[in-house]
Amino acid sequence: MPDAAGHFGRFGGRFMPEALIAPLDELEQHWRKAMADDEFVAQFNQLLREYAGLPSMLYEAERLSEAVGARVLLKREDLNHTGAHKIRNVLGQALLTTKMNKRRVIAETGAGQHGVATATACAYFDLDCVVYMGEVDMVRQALNVARMRMLGAEVIPVTSGSRTLKDAINEALRDWVTNVDDTHYMLGTAAGAHPFPAMVRDFTRGIGDEARAQTLELLGHLPAAALACVGGGSNAIGMFAGFIADESVRLYGFEAGGDGYETGRHASTITAGQIGVLHGTRSYLLQDEDGQTLESHSISAGLDYPGVGPEHAWLAETGRATYTSISDAQAMEAMALLARTEGIIPAIESAHALAGVPGVVADLGADVELLVCLSGRGDKDMDTAAKWFGLVDEADLVAEVKMK
Amino acid sequence: MTSLRSTIAAAQQAGRAALVGYLPAGYPSVEGSIELVQRMVKAGVDIVEVGLPYSDPVMDGPTIQAAAEVALAAGTRTADVFRVVEASAALAPTVVMTYWNPVERYGIDQFAASLADAGGVGLITPDLIPEEAGEWIEAADRRGLDKIFLVAPSSTRRRLELTSQASSGFIYATAVMGVTGAREQSSSAAPELVRRVKEVTDLPVGVGLGVSTRVQAAEVALFADAVIVGSALVHAIAGEANPTDAMAALGALVEDLALGVRRELE
Ligand SMILES: Cc1ncc(COP(=O)(O)O)c(C=O)c1O
Repeated sequence: MPDAAGHFGRFGGRFMPEALIAPLDELEQHWRKAMADDEFVAQFNQLLREYAGLPSMLYEAERLSEAVGARVLLKREDLNHTGAHKIRNVLGQALLTTKMNKRRVIAETGAGQHGVATATACAYFDLDCVVYMGEVDMVRQALNVARMRMLGAEVIPVTSGSRTLKDAINEALRDWVTNVDDTHYMLGTAAGAHPFPAMVRDFTRGIGDEARAQTLELLGHLPAAALACVGGGSNAIGMFAGFIADESVRLYGFEAGGDGYETGRHASTITAGQIGVLHGTRSYLLQDEDGQTLESHSISAGLDYPGVGPEHAWLAETGRATYTSISDAQAMEAMALLARTEGIIPAIESAHALAGVPGVVADLGADVELLVCLSGRGDKDMDTAAKWFGLVDEADLVAEVKMK
Repeated sequence: MTSLRSTIAAAQQAGRAALVGYLPAGYPSVEGSIELVQRMVKAGVDIVEVGLPYSDPVMDGPTIQAAAEVALAAGTRTADVFRVVEASAALAPTVVMTYWNPVERYGIDQFAASLADAGGVGLITPDLIPEEAGEWIEAADRRGLDKIFLVAPSSTRRRLELTSQASSGFIYATAVMGVTGAREQSSSAAPELVRRVKEVTDLPVGVGLGVSTRVQAAEVALFADAVIVGSALVHAIAGEANPTDAMAALGALVEDLALGVRRELE
């Protein structure tokens, strides 16, 4: 748990304009009250169960296990409504929004996954929804733009700065400070100013709590390790939260290595960044000598963020969790391996966690049980995968379309 | 060296508000910003606020964002900001306004030392609240620098007390809930906010966010000790194609605003 002001050791806290401090205090009060309120918790759990399809299954991947030399248990968040773990966080925050009597929700999105989840929750709760998305990302993820609009959300292109996720967050913060009276900012990951990191963890910790109970039932004991990919860190902290108190369970986070973190083109914030302040929190970040934020690079849009949640920074510093960089190529290889051995196409984000398995086996020895968070499904990534693996010949495609 | 408080007190004695002018260092170039800042002082600004251009300015509207992008693209470094401060401080009390990360990266104590060495008298920190500012407050006190924190219409009384206790020089009151940028209407929340601040402190109060005309400056001067203008100055410069015209436009606007803070409306 963080201290009263949201610090995890020397990380976290609140680096925000004074105008937003009172609203953050208000949000914190509502969140604390909600988590202690049986009725809120029951409503949240009912939503997860009946609307999102949770608890997600724990699936023993036998052919994958054979291929990697360890027993791999997959936490199937890819089967959730909207296709990823993100639905947990947005349903929690949307329910909280209604308790705060706010009518309008804003969010940032990079790949569009959090934007789609937010638009979904807003449609469900009949809330006005505005999603900020970098102009560059809107072109890269046109399908998700259509999904958000289909769900009734307004998608606003962000043309400032690098026109990607970090600038979408800046723009959402500018909207929030202007409209905070009736607006909730539904941040999509376990980063940002207090109480967001702890609150998002609370809403996603079902991943770890469910997986812990499921593993105990399946094996009769805890897994040797829990593995998850780390962008801002919500699926990973949700998974880790279930096991932090279990000292025997090793925790492994996998960051996006892009072309390889040595090349400078990556999103491996903990592995290769330095401590600093971005978007309201102190954590590791990618920055230049003057503290200007650097652009991150990853084949996975959901991991392409130059910061990381403060609790991960703290878990790394205390040694409780280990963070490793996975390159684009390693992730894509793992994506193909899961598809071929199990008939499951993972999100490229989640493929980073799968790609981490051999390293963990090297650490812990073969024949251990490894719990891997399969945070989302790969449908959204088929364009990228088709290009990477050359699955379709573009000239053929054009010819096919012309024939029609 | 003239302090912020004595400068504001002198304006008060003359029966007017002080005029604070903001320009980003490095816009359109480091040398260019030095000339603009000097022109601003000659035209009647009492206190200069030099902005440190930052990649993620969440408190700024499009005008200042665009200027920061130009400054960074031109290669402006933190050390350049101190050069601008040095040139400005020779003419008027000068503070730096910066988001927090560049200060941490430079080294908090080192930043205080460089700022003081350049003749700067304080720092405005838009995304740093007193609760997170322990190290900065110590470093500033060691160098005799003023710590200018912000208050907002949403600040509770308890926070106004906390913030004014941590502040020196003046308190920066953000007149509206929003980001920087010129606004047509003066804020109705600002007089109430200043009244609430005055209940808890004797420090002078500067009001910023949205002032762009002589009339608005005169309105704000009725209840504030200092009138802070930023986006309107950047906008005046950005609207001109060549440096000479930009200098002239800036000078004319500042002269107009200087009449405003004296409540000379005709
Ligand atoms: C499937 C999936 N996994 C992981 C992430 C990364 O986010 P986080 O680190 O917050 O879990 C995303 C983000 O879009 C995602 O869509």
